[in-house]
Amino acid sequence: MSLGRNPIAWPIAWAVAAIVLAAVPFVHRDPYHLHILILILIWSFAYTSWSMMGRFGLTSLGHGGFMGVGAYVTALLWNHLGLTPWLGIPIALVCAAILALIVGYPCFRFRITGHYFALVTLALSGIVLQVITATRDWTGGSLGYTPEATKGSQLLAMQSGDKVVWYLGALVVWAFGLVVWTWVDRSMARSAMDAISEDEDAAAAAGVNVTAEKLKITVLSALMTALAGAVYCQYQMFISPDTVSGIGISLQMVFAAVVGGLYVALGPTVGAIITILLAEMLRIGFGTKAVGWDNLIYGALLVAFIIFLPKGILGSILDRLKLRRAPAPTRPAAEPARARSASAASPP
Amino acid sequence: MLAVEGLVKRFGGFTAVSNVSFKVDQGEILGLIGPNGSGKSTIFNMLSGTFAPSAGSIKFEGHELSGLAPHTIINRGIGRTFQIPRPFRRLSIFENAALAGYFGQNRHSRAKAEAAAERALAMVGLPTDRHAPVDGLGAAGLKKLELAKALATEPKLLLADESLGGLDETEMDQAADMLRKIRDELGITIIWVEHIMGVLMKVVDRVMVLDHGEKISEGLPHQVASDPRVIEVYLGTDAQATQAVAAARGNR
Repeated sequence: MSLGRNPIAWPIAWAVAAIVLAAVPFVHRDPYHLHILILILIWSFAYTSWSMMGRFGLTSLGHGGFMGVGAYVTALLWNHLGLTPWLGIPIALVCAAILALIVGYPCFRFRITGHYFALVTLALSGIVLQVITATRDWTGGSLGYTPEATKGSQLLAMQSGDKVVWYLGALVVWAFGLVVWTWVDRSMARSAMDAISEDEDAAAAAGVNVTAEKLKITVLSALMTALAGAVYCQYQMFISPDTVSGIGISLQMVFAAVVGGLYVALGPTVGAIITILLAEMLRIGFGTKAVGWDNLIYGALLVAFIIFLPKGILGSILDRLKLRRAPAPTRPAAEPARARSASAASPP
Repeated sequence: MLAVEGLVKRFGGFTAVSNVSFKVDQGEILGLIGPNGSGKSTIFNMLSGTFAPSAGSIKFEGHELSGLAPHTIINRGIGRTFQIPRPFRRLSIFENAALAGYFGQNRHSRAKAEAAAERALAMVGLPTDRHAPVDGLGAAGLKKLELAKALATEPKLLLADESLGGLDETEMDQAADMLRKIRDELGITIIWVEHIMGVLMKVVDRVMVLDHGEKISEGLPHQVASDPRVIEVYLGTDAQATQAVAAARGNR
């Protein structure tokens, strides 16, 4: 944090970080550790995608739905039509975008906000889950679904048993998520969304097309989440409603993003590290006796965070550092309003 | 510039505005007054697109506006302020104005929006520093910010809604002077809705008086202030009337 405003220091720091991260699998080849890192990167990307909306008070409890669409559409196209994921994923993303428009447009047009918006999106999670289980002849239902292993080119099938390849791929996807997050953060769309989250009428009076701006950010968030689902599917080669869709996944996204920090680029990444390490520790420490415990702990922690640390772990640490450097913070205004919006993130 | 014909707004069985017609000429300041519930704000909300009229037409530079969304109307060149300031507290003072400058001018260019924001903030006398927070502003500062947001959209017509409520007398005079300066220096036509008649009468070119959703009087300030119907429904006591007439004389 002592890099300050030096224009060269930051790019160099980023380049060093990128090289170090990319070098990890060549130095440390332990497959289990790589597996955990890959999961952290993929889920970080998914949580970042959620936070694109969540940071503006658009609390979606339906992102499991988008993730499920991304994963299942890609896998179904591969298994049934033999369509390469390189084409299947774009089609899956289009499906997720259409779904986002179908859910988002009526909500935004008729001003369904706050808790009511969260409830509508909760229904989206449920519906996608129901569709997957109801079409079990195609999707395998709750038993899960496996993309067929390719007999031809692994590259064409976007399949690989090599964890190093997956680590690097996941790293690129994760970094892409951060770039999009930062790009939005620096755009006028961020101002517009902040304004909308405070006062829709006043935003409209400033010339903001409220419905269009909300739809844009929703579609972007849905596209990224669906991509996370597809990447997860290609990596794990097994998907089930419990792992890529459904309400549990949706709530996990809310939890991780809130815990890590909604208003800083790396917040969701910190959230992913915490949630995945917690789940792994419980799994290793207690085995099958602890099934479902992680969700219980998530719930309790979520309540604690919304009340005591609304900016999340990373957000709060960065604030502390900023305060230490400069006694007068540049943007002290945001805290109460942001605390309020974070409290809307509590699951009903 | 603006031609309103037979404007009607009904809320269920209640008629808030009934058959109001008026014109606003380029470069003038029109005062819009009336007691509480007389329909001033409803007319404002129809002009700015918040409400769709039940009947009638609103033509701005020859184009029909009724039924258009608020953000479209801003982009046609009609800016508005709110009676109670509605700043965006998550944004800095500068970002508030830049947001309006960008989205209020059809997202033309960010540099242009930021330049417009700087001009607007300088015009109303707020800091143009990029990070100054809204929370440091008092009542007068928030009113200025409200005005700066509207000005940053570079409107041709400004709808100023009761912009003086909550200010002391010096601040009121300053704000009135500000509106006159906006018209004189930027050439922006203004419709000004106000409760405080004395200050308004000093600045406006023409006044329109509403009561129970109907237009009861329209004309030059001194004519309106001495209109017996206006004195009866709006001014109430003789003392207030005398004060208003005196103020209007100064603006003859």
